[in-house]
Amino acid sequence: MRPHLFVGRAETPIAFVETVSGGVRLKALDREAMRAGLVPGLTLADARAQVPELEVYEHDAHADHEWLERLADGCQRYTPSVALDEPDGLILDIAGCVHEFEGERRLAADLEERLARRGLLVRHAFGDTPDTARALARFAGAPAPDEKRAVKRLPVAALGLDEDATTALSRAGLKTVGDVMARPLATIAARFGEEAAMMIRRLDGSVKGPIVARRSVPKIGVERRFAEPIARTEYALEVIAELAAEAAEQLAQRHEGGRRWEVRLFRADGLVQRLRIETGQPIRDVALLMRLFRERIDSLADPLDPGFGYDLIRLDVALAERLDASQLKLEGGEAQKGEVAQLVDQLGTRLGRARVRRFSARDSHIPEQAELMLPAAEAPAPTPWTAPETGEPPLRPIYLFDPPQPIESMMAEVPDGPPHRFRWRRTVHDVAHSEGPERIAGEWWRRQDIPTRDYYRIEDRRGRRFWIFRHGLYSEMETPRWYLHGVFA
Amino acid sequence: MNESSALIARLKRIATTGMPTQGDGRADDAWLTQGMAKAQLHEVFATVDDAASGAGFAVASVLAARAAPVMWLRTEASERQGGRLHATGLVEMGLDVTSLVLGLVEDEADLLRAAADAARCHGLGTLLIESWGRAPRIDLTATRRLMLAAEASGVTILSLRIGAEPVPSAAASRWQVAACRSRPLEADAPGKPAFDIELLRRRGGQAGLRWRVEWDRDAYFFDQIAFETVIIEDPGGDTAALSGAGVSVAADRAAADNAAASVRRTG
Repeated sequence: MRPHLFVGRAETPIAFVETVSGGVRLKALDREAMRAGLVPGLTLADARAQVPELEVYEHDAHADHEWLERLADGCQRYTPSVALDEPDGLILDIAGCVHEFEGERRLAADLEERLARRGLLVRHAFGDTPDTARALARFAGAPAPDEKRAVKRLPVAALGLDEDATTALSRAGLKTVGDVMARPLATIAARFGEEAAMMIRRLDGSVKGPIVARRSVPKIGVERRFAEPIARTEYALEVIAELAAEAAEQLAQRHEGGRRWEVRLFRADGLVQRLRIETGQPIRDVALLMRLFRERIDSLADPLDPGFGYDLIRLDVALAERLDASQLKLEGGEAQKGEVAQLVDQLGTRLGRARVRRFSARDSHIPEQAELMLPAAEAPAPTPWTAPETGEPPLRPIYLFDPPQPIESMMAEVPDGPPHRFRWRRTVHDVAHSEGPERIAGEWWRRQDIPTRDYYRIEDRRGRRFWIFRHGLYSEMETPRWYLHGVFA
Repeated sequence: MNESSALIARLKRIATTGMPTQGDGRADDAWLTQGMAKAQLHEVFATVDDAASGAGFAVASVLAARAAPVMWLRTEASERQGGRLHATGLVEMGLDVTSLVLGLVEDEADLLRAAADAARCHGLGTLLIESWGRAPRIDLTATRRLMLAAEASGVTILSLRIGAEPVPSAAASRWQVAACRSRPLEADAPGKPAFDIELLRRRGGQAGLRWRVEWDRDAYFFDQIAFETVIIEDPGGDTAALSGAGVSVAADRAAADNAAASVRRTG
């Protein structure tokens, strides 16, 4: 649903329908349609009979959700903690966030104005807890002198119970939340379930329901608001650098460095663009950060488009780790390591972290599983590798094929020997020297039916060295296949 | 008098090579023990069949020069065609893989961009750029950039070109590497890595030199080998059948004199 599409149109009632078992029913209605007496749940045929001029669209829950997500993104200009209240609500935790707007009323006015520009009708309410705010926004009727009394005047539907329970409450003469609250909680719980009792407790403020924020609240957040939206990317980058310097200062006071940084550029028309970087080591060097952000901008699929300009730029440090001043003054070999780490971060930002890797040894005797390639930015402390034995030639290839490549043995071999001649990649190789077999059994404790591999190190007549294996013993199968697993220098 | 003859020699060199400052004064076979000249770009060519030899030679020369840490950049196409790098195998060549960072890039353009960044990183000892096929982007301009970056940062850059034909470049030296029969160990086991090396070009130096070397991992140097013990093949049917790609036969290579500036090379 994109309400702005309908702004300024003739006031025809609009309905969104969905196909449920038994026919097409109304799912959502606009104000005109409500006024005409339609209600959600009505079949489309009945609705058409009542309001012939009704405009009908297919309901798309997924698009609704996306739209709500985008609105939630936009609302993060007010507070980092925004939760979705599906299908059409947002809950903002504005505790401690209202000073910017000289009070919550100004914030609400600003929010309503922005959403009105998108053609949205907004009902808002403030509450001490998320649940009261939600109930008030959705069900508030006549104005009340204070929040407590306003809650009491809410209809029982505000409890959010299922239809049967709501009807039962009404039949019992309990029309408002206040009526229900006047009863002993135990009887309510006994008659209408624990859920109803819990809801009452939440609404009277004795239990505070959590706000399930869409994202964790960052450790450090700094932002700049602009009275005039800024429309130049270069200037936006300067602002980001200033923000980074502020964040770095805060980090320095806490002896920390950031590992996950996010810049969000809020466009005046509501779109939010994000730039995220991650580093392998905590950093708070502004020049380096800016290099990474520029890198990120260069690698964006859609270039940064300021459009009508950004009116808010926010920089968050989502993950910070200890970084002492002493760690910054690394000397000698450590400084060298630091530079390589910076290069890793830089390339990782551009190419993707998983593309810049380090090797890590792993406890397995299966050659292709004996090592891991981890993103270099998060590789653990280096593990010691088994040192090769003095005087021995390399026993493992430097290039390994995964999966191993099938080869064709072209000459009968002795049962425990390598082929004398084989074909690989359309070339025939004659074996001049060989060593083996080195028997590597399958990991039988994982699976029973893995054939044993007999590996041979061979050299052909032109001096090329290969690592081949026979997949299975002759005792295990009749015609085991041969594979080339790697090539030696 | 002496001065003027030195000047004439220098001018002559400039006239013939066009490079005023080159000629690093290293002996022709200094690479055997010291690896490639530092802070320069060097090219290592190998055919597709000799890819592992090319890579092995590059790794070994990094080690001979003691120029770690290493950043190894390769494309996804290399990974598909040539197999992935096997850490255990690299360890057995003598490389400390904890000092190795592998960068896997999508294509050649990314390869050059990543290389340009890495070439500026003072912390690196060697930057190894592996490319497969013709790689037309690695041209004179690209190599000149890399060379300048290497000179500024002190990083030695090895451009490993597998399955490519040499094209004009600004590299300080250009090598052709092919596999070479090893000296077999007891029980007819293949021996240490052996290479047939030809110096195709060297700035301000003699080119066309050939060596046959074995990599001594324990001592970190290339051991020049004389092949007295080479088994002479019968040059009959089977080897001829192999050489679809015009590959020279080991037997006649063995017969050629080591130091002779032969123009024969594989591929």
